[in-house]
Amino acid sequence: MTPSASRMPYDGIVVAAPVTIPYRRYSINSAHWWIGRAIRGVLERSGLRSRDLDGLSVSSFTLGADTAVGLTQHFGLSPRWLDHVPLGGASGIVALRRASRAVQCGDAEFVVCVAGDTNQVDSFRAMISTFSRFAQDAVYPYGSGGPNASFAMIMRNYMQRYGPTRADFGKIAVAQRANALSFPYALMKQPLTLEAYLASRPIAEPIHLFDCVMPCAGAEAFLVCRDDRARDLGLPAARLLSTIERYNAFAEDAIQERGGWPVDVGELYAMAGIGPEQVDFLETYDDYPVISMIQMEDLGFCAKGEGAAFVRGHTLTNDGSFPHNTSGGQLSVGQAGCAGGYLGLVEAVRQLTGAALGTPVPEARIGLVSGFGMITYDRGLASGAALLAGID
Amino acid sequence: MTPPLAPPKRKDPLTKTRAPLLPPGARSRTAKGLAAAAAEGRFALQVCAECGAVIYPPRDACPRCLSPRLPFRDVPRDGVLLAETVIAASSDPYFRERLPWRIGTVRLDAGPSIVTHLHGDVREGDRVRLSLNLDKGGQAVAMALPTMPMLHMADDRQWRELTCDPKFRRVLVTDGRGRVGQAMAQALSQAEAAIVFVGIADSWKPFPGEAALRAIARVEIVPLDLTDTVSVGDLAGEIGGRVDIVVNTAEHVRPGGMLERTGLVVAREAIELRYFGLMRLAQSFGPALRARGADGVNSAAAFVNLLSVHALMNWPAYGVFSSAEAACLSAAQSLRAELRPGGIKVVNVFSGPLDTEWYETVPPPKVTPSALAAATVDALRRGLEDVYVGDVAEDVRARLAVNPKALERELGP
Repeated sequence: MTPSASRMPYDGIVVAAPVTIPYRRYSINSAHWWIGRAIRGVLERSGLRSRDLDGLSVSSFTLGADTAVGLTQHFGLSPRWLDHVPLGGASGIVALRRASRAVQCGDAEFVVCVAGDTNQVDSFRAMISTFSRFAQDAVYPYGSGGPNASFAMIMRNYMQRYGPTRADFGKIAVAQRANALSFPYALMKQPLTLEAYLASRPIAEPIHLFDCVMPCAGAEAFLVCRDDRARDLGLPAARLLSTIERYNAFAEDAIQERGGWPVDVGELYAMAGIGPEQVDFLETYDDYPVISMIQMEDLGFCAKGEGAAFVRGHTLTNDGSFPHNTSGGQLSVGQAGCAGGYLGLVEAVRQLTGAALGTPVPEARIGLVSGFGMITYDRGLASGAALLAGID
Repeated sequence: MTPPLAPPKRKDPLTKTRAPLLPPGARSRTAKGLAAAAAEGRFALQVCAECGAVIYPPRDACPRCLSPRLPFRDVPRDGVLLAETVIAASSDPYFRERLPWRIGTVRLDAGPSIVTHLHGDVREGDRVRLSLNLDKGGQAVAMALPTMPMLHMADDRQWRELTCDPKFRRVLVTDGRGRVGQAMAQALSQAEAAIVFVGIADSWKPFPGEAALRAIARVEIVPLDLTDTVSVGDLAGEIGGRVDIVVNTAEHVRPGGMLERTGLVVAREAIELRYFGLMRLAQSFGPALRARGADGVNSAAAFVNLLSVHALMNWPAYGVFSSAEAACLSAAQSLRAELRPGGIKVVNVFSGPLDTEWYETVPPPKVTPSALAAATVDALRRGLEDVYVGDVAEDVRARLAVNPKALERELGP
């Protein structure tokens, strides 16, 4: 793939003020409460005031009747640029792409991108039963296993086709747990062994308990602005090098074996002027380990079908080789709805700005973050990725 | 291979009867097009009228050419089971009670991939045959079956959720005096019904075929007069809690329209036996059926109406009869909605003229009582809701679908 000649580089665009509101398994608070806290966190971190925020991008599944516009009044904001990106696991990448162009073009100066969802008793069931028209018509009536059942078939097909074992997926989950043990906000605080992973109870074969994320409440946010503005504020920031986004790719595949990344990944690296070997750490969207393995392939770290061998060849830990999901990812931190699509991005900005909350990745200069989401029928429709770099 | 179903044990009266939960029932209006095919045992998906693409899940625009013209058409139902899973954790109460539950993804030869229920005899990589069926809530679902018949195939646990198989169930045939009722009792007994209660009014009056009827295995003659509310209520009081399938075989076929006779005697008789008879059965047996829709292997399953296809469009040669049948069809539609919360199917079996005495002047083709009974058992085994038996019934249904007004004119002299 060659980069599209017409794509303008993201010169001067940075991401700053990474904020995570510590997750909780269940919350009696609303999504508004979580999102409000995250925006306040960005203000506190950046020293900006509410009236300085002239751009707002919101991602959430549990706002009820509200969209981003209702939140401006709720939070007393008066932005001149507004976006609503309820794209699940792709929310962070997509929000970043749009916000960056808005800032670059001068439509907004300071865009706060925020994702947050609450998790109340029974709200997960309510969400998955009506997640999409296709899910309602053609998936939920078949055992109501939710995404576990859908990804079980994707994983099963992938295992048959390319031969990885459960232990290969277990390696990913176990390494992430190791990373999570130093991350203060992870809901899963117990070490995970491969034996425990393999012995855990089946949820939807071949998916077992530790292949699944725990739905929870939480919020994540970051600030997008120009590098000079961040410097004026004394804000550590990460530069945006390149991004890609793709929907409903490879619709002809009978079962999903790849996301949309292979369509555009050449452009991702070409636009950044680097190759996969220069990436210091990877944050994948890990609603299931199989999806992380597919991302390692589709993002060019190894060839299709070689994900298992690649995983076997690395520790995947922050202090080892090929650090992956450095905060523990959703598998260990929890999945706070759309915030799950922000988690890797916010963590990458922390790692690149020397602000890691847990074990830092040594000399982390370039991070790749990818997003994936919206399994409305039998496959995830949205894929995206971004390359970010620290500022020396 | 499916393990054969074990006959249910005698029920402990102290145990709670499992509440008849229903699977998730929300569907888009477009997706309900699948139910029309499932009700008749057809396999139909949307086929783009412009580019021919076969489409699933149901859509409102073709994903290949954006055409809005997407009629449901019968399509080849075979494919390959690409991947399966066994759901061990479900968020829905109906499925939670029935775990583990197998589903899979089937790539149809016709094109699309379908997430589907799996029969126990199909395995990953197998060629499979898809069936569209109405689930307990009356919504269409797909299930992958073996392409060849297998031993005890109908006993599969997930398949039996979609069917009303008479095997090990207790059936009430409401009228055994006629050949239809007798053929029905024979067919249900052969289908391994646990008991076939056969209603006989005025049992002191002998009738042709009585000895043969009494000789059928597991037939139990019970007193039942559908024109008598007390009689129907008394029988329900005695056996209502252990009748799983009701098959109403009462007939009142008389030639003639409204002008051929003076007075209302014949019409009143027809309404009394057929329409009020149906209502009496519904009121006496319906509540218990509805409460027992999830009561194990011999859960309550179905209420079967044998209707003339001329319930759908009046045949003036049998005009009064046709209009009484139409009244029964309308009542059956109400009953279908009323029994749905219990997961009970109302099966309407439409036939043309039968090969019986009241149709003696009508030329063939005619439907024999045994063909009607076989079609009824087949419908129960396949979980159908609307069945058309014989050439006349098929002809009327086809003409009705194309041009109802032309059919009305064609049925008259």
